[in-house]
Amino acid sequence: MGMARFLASRLLKGVVVLFAIAVLNFFLIRAAPGDPAAVMAGEAGAADAQFLQQLREQFGLDRSIPYQLGVYLKGYATLDLGYSYRQQRSVAAVVGERLPATLLLTGAAFIISLALGSLLGILAAARAGRWSDSLITTAALVFYATPLFWIALMSQIVFALKLGWVPNVGYETIGAHYTGLARALDIASHLVLPALTLGLFFTALYARMMRASMLEIAGADFIKTARAKGLRPSVITRRHIARNAILPIVTLAGLQAGQLVGGAVLTETVFAWPGIGRLMFEALVQRDYAVLLGVFFVCSAMVVLFNIVTDLVYRVADPRIEAA
Amino acid sequence: MGFMSRFAANKGALVGLVLLIALLAFAVLGPWLYPTSPWRMVARPFTAPFVTDRFLLGTDTLGRDVAAGLVHGTRISILIGFVSTLVALLIGVPLGALAGYFGGWIDDALMRITEFFQTIPSFALAIVLVAVLQPSIYSIVLAIGIVSWPPVARLVRGEVLSLRTREYVQAAITVGQSTLRIIFSQVLPNTVAPIIVMASLMVASAILLESSLSFLGLGDPNLMTWGYMVGAGRTRLMDAWWISFFPGVAIFLTVLALNLVGEGLNDALNPRLSRGRE
Repeated sequence: MGMARFLASRLLKGVVVLFAIAVLNFFLIRAAPGDPAAVMAGEAGAADAQFLQQLREQFGLDRSIPYQLGVYLKGYATLDLGYSYRQQRSVAAVVGERLPATLLLTGAAFIISLALGSLLGILAAARAGRWSDSLITTAALVFYATPLFWIALMSQIVFALKLGWVPNVGYETIGAHYTGLARALDIASHLVLPALTLGLFFTALYARMMRASMLEIAGADFIKTARAKGLRPSVITRRHIARNAILPIVTLAGLQAGQLVGGAVLTETVFAWPGIGRLMFEALVQRDYAVLLGVFFVCSAMVVLFNIVTDLVYRVADPRIEAA
Repeated sequence: MGFMSRFAANKGALVGLVLLIALLAFAVLGPWLYPTSPWRMVARPFTAPFVTDRFLLGTDTLGRDVAAGLVHGTRISILIGFVSTLVALLIGVPLGALAGYFGGWIDDALMRITEFFQTIPSFALAIVLVAVLQPSIYSIVLAIGIVSWPPVARLVRGEVLSLRTREYVQAAITVGQSTLRIIFSQVLPNTVAPIIVMASLMVASAILLESSLSFLGLGDPNLMTWGYMVGAGRTRLMDAWWISFFPGVAIFLTVLALNLVGEGLNDALNPRLSRGRE
């Protein structure tokens, strides 16, 4: 299958998934106890009777379910994710404003964990059975079992509040009005702690996976052949073992994208990072279901897109698949 | 080597087992150790830990005993962990068995649904489900079950797919056993070992998931849980670190114990599949 056809089929699949999530959202709103109009408007009392009536007419809430679903899906198709009556703005605008911060955070955490995790995994596998392997394996086991929100809180208290190495919360220094490089550095200093804590769990996960994968491939026949041919061990490790061992990690990274987004909700909540994860928490507190479901949809769209990208990377990285 | 000796060969698994037994003891004995409600204000707020014998782990912002909260939280965490895993198994095992046994379009359809649920960010879905259904122990268990079943379905499908062609299954078909009976009496019993391994790891992630939901304020408002305690202490982190610290340690130890036991079970039950350890 050529690259173009492959891409087209993956995109089509992604659209189907997003369509299904929109349908799911539609039914979730109606699963909430109470009048759907009141649910859409936020917690009861936030809206007067006239306004609720207007909502009912706009979404056809007194008409049949298929009709309502049609109206709802038509909105989603044009990126209209509803209206937040709490914030008096469209959900798409609210979410869009917060999206870049989350992309920055999850992107940084992803790169950190993938690079550090596979490196540690390779190191542990190369020194299998020795103390450095035990150290890496134990650390991975520990961080894999630690609740993310707790690690975030504890690193916040130690590195930001007690030691004062990095800022405590937020995205940049408020009122400093930095520009250019100074602003980038300021944001980076705010980013360090959230990105590291979010990345820690995945670093542990990738290190464990990479180690197991390396050891498994080291026993494969083609590695024995390479040894028999007299290739240098470092070349075998780098070019033959690591190259193949990284494949399950790429697949895993794709599958973990959803978890990364979920982790962002916790990390952003702790560090007051102004992304969609924090937005989800705020929507929870305010019972703003429109924003809550909007964030859920956008998170899912991010994961779908990311999966397509990892599939493409897999095709490029896998020596058994000819890149078209 | 027998099951016990293979399990015991994994030192980590033994440590995990001891930890787990201790935690279960806390869960069972909790009401005797701390008969009063963990919500009761029993002392001055912000009593530091290791200062008085009566409140070894200190008190929280309202003067509630942190140790009492921890012990009561053990019951809730372990209960939710096991029950929601059971829910995930009840969804995943039948779906996986149907897909693997019948193949064809049934398999296709069920696997598309499984993939769909695997694509959706699970924590975000759990948040939305609990928020919409209103936080309670039931909605939490249901939400965790709903986001956790896809790997079970895939595992069972794979096992059933390979078992279906075995001679004893073919023999059962030939003698005219009903399909349901074949699935339940011939096929599924042979998938129990990998399911147990997966389930023990799922209990661990269910406990993490529950604590994360409670941390965000989506816990059952009537239950004292570890995640809630961490979240409640977080605004006073600077002057009362212990309120958030100890419940986090409890979550960590529980999840670690279950992960270690899970790996030990994997070595003991799937000797062929055990990870490459020299």
